[in-house]
Amino acid sequence: MKSLLSEAWLVASKDLRIEARSRVLTNQVAPFAVLVLVLFGFALDADQRTLRMFAPGLFWVAVLLCLLLAVQRSSAVESADDAATGLRMAGLAPAAVFLGKSAAILVQLLVLELLLTAGIIVFYGSSVKNLFLWLIAGLVTALAVAATGTLYGALASGLGVRETLLPILLLPVLAPVLIGATRAYDDALGAAAVDGWAWTGLLAMFAVVASTLGALAYGALVED
Amino acid sequence: MTHLGYLLGGWGVAAVLLTVYAVSVVRRGRALSVSVPEDQRRWLTSQNPTDG
Amino acid sequence: MTNPTSSVATTGSPGSRALGLATLLGLVGLLVLAFVLTEPDVRIHPSTGQEIGQFDAVRLLYLHVPMAVITYVAYSLAAFASAGYLIKRTPWWDVTAHAAAEVGTVFCFLVLVTGSIWGRPVWNTWWEWGDVRLMTTLILFLMFVGYLALRRTAADPRVQARRAAVVALVAIVDLPLVNRSVEWWENRTLHQKSTLGELKIEDLTLFTLMIGFLVFLMVFAWLLLHRFRVGWLTLAAGEHQVAAAIKERRAEADGSEVASAVGETS
Repeated sequence: MKSLLSEAWLVASKDLRIEARSRVLTNQVAPFAVLVLVLFGFALDADQRTLRMFAPGLFWVAVLLCLLLAVQRSSAVESADDAATGLRMAGLAPAAVFLGKSAAILVQLLVLELLLTAGIIVFYGSSVKNLFLWLIAGLVTALAVAATGTLYGALASGLGVRETLLPILLLPVLAPVLIGATRAYDDALGAAAVDGWAWTGLLAMFAVVASTLGALAYGALVED
Repeated sequence: MTHLGYLLGGWGVAAVLLTVYAVSVVRRGRALSVSVPEDQRRWLTSQNPTDG
Repeated sequence: MTNPTSSVATTGSPGSRALGLATLLGLVGLLVLAFVLTEPDVRIHPSTGQEIGQFDAVRLLYLHVPMAVITYVAYSLAAFASAGYLIKRTPWWDVTAHAAAEVGTVFCFLVLVTGSIWGRPVWNTWWEWGDVRLMTTLILFLMFVGYLALRRTAADPRVQARRAAVVALVAIVDLPLVNRSVEWWENRTLHQKSTLGELKIEDLTLFTLMIGFLVFLMVFAWLLLHRFRVGWLTLAAGEHQVAAAIKERRAEADGSEVASAVGETS
């Protein structure tokens, strides 16, 4: 167990170090996230009252779009210079690779969520009414989508059609997460009267199932 | 009959799509059968074309 | 390159032709029941005395409901076969999973379309976002569209089979979560309002539904059989092509060169 976590840490720090050096997150994905918020503003006729009402949903759609980019990037890193083979030959457990990559995507998503929250406060006039719920729901959702995304990143990789296949594979599966996260943030941002904590519970369950399934399936996928 | 348009639409779409699909599967089968020698065509035997 | 054969090149067989014939007869029977022998759904409003109900639109249910049941049968089979493949790793499971998923998706699409067409006169809308069954079926459909897209990529058959199996199983595991989240989301659901229980289910209506289940099960079986054979032949054709190419290449090369290369002493 200890070696699993330390191996995962190895993979996570590798991915994050690559990210820190290439700055794809800061230079490309983050601006994209802001751009999505702006596009919604244009599309929905830029009435702040409307935007504030829909801010939770728009927020999470933006996160999902950024997730696609983050996952593409995460699996592209493995295909470059056949790095995946190197990982396999290093004898790392597939579950550890999965957990490590998920953790790296999780960190990136948390940064993006922070940025996007600032974005909806500024652009849509939202305000965080329940800080604790905002934090926990954000964390749990990021975990759920990072794990699911990592699994599907592997499922769609190496086929030459990853960019177009990944969305159609991944997004339907995340429908319950989008529903749940939006309702949780409806509560956290005071946009609607719902029980955000109940929804957060559902999201937590999704996160646990996704992480477990992902860790198990990753091994079956990468073996030869 | 009331709502006749909807009835014809619903049953019609189902009939058309299922027929088109059935035809396409049978045609695919014909095309493939031609390129596979007869002894390998048996799908009820335990002869596996590839190893699992 | 075709080989001269004595049998007809088709996925049909005496069994499948008998099944096909029986299915067509069954369909005729169902149509007679659905359109001629059963009554439209007409009820009298308790207070206004007006005629209310689905009227003849109920005849669409003899199509929609059986197909919905078959969709679940098909996708359950696909999931079961996917699990079977991951455990047994023989092509039979994989071909079955693929065939069941493809036929199931055709049915699922029709369920959504016929449901929508039925919904327009009865619920006064083509679509209803809050309806649990509708949303779950839509997501299920999209997940398997993704599955089929994955199946069409050019990849090593074993790699593809493994990945597809995982996709199918994750989809099935996800389904209860989808269902629960939509259920919580909107408690009101039109599907509840007009459950089968609310229809005056007389003997003939119920009988017609049962016939519908049976007939569409036969349709599914026939399509599955042929689609399975297509899948099996696809594998066999691929194998055969490789073997034929190797044979050709060997014939091209000098006999002794090949023999020494593979270590045969002549």
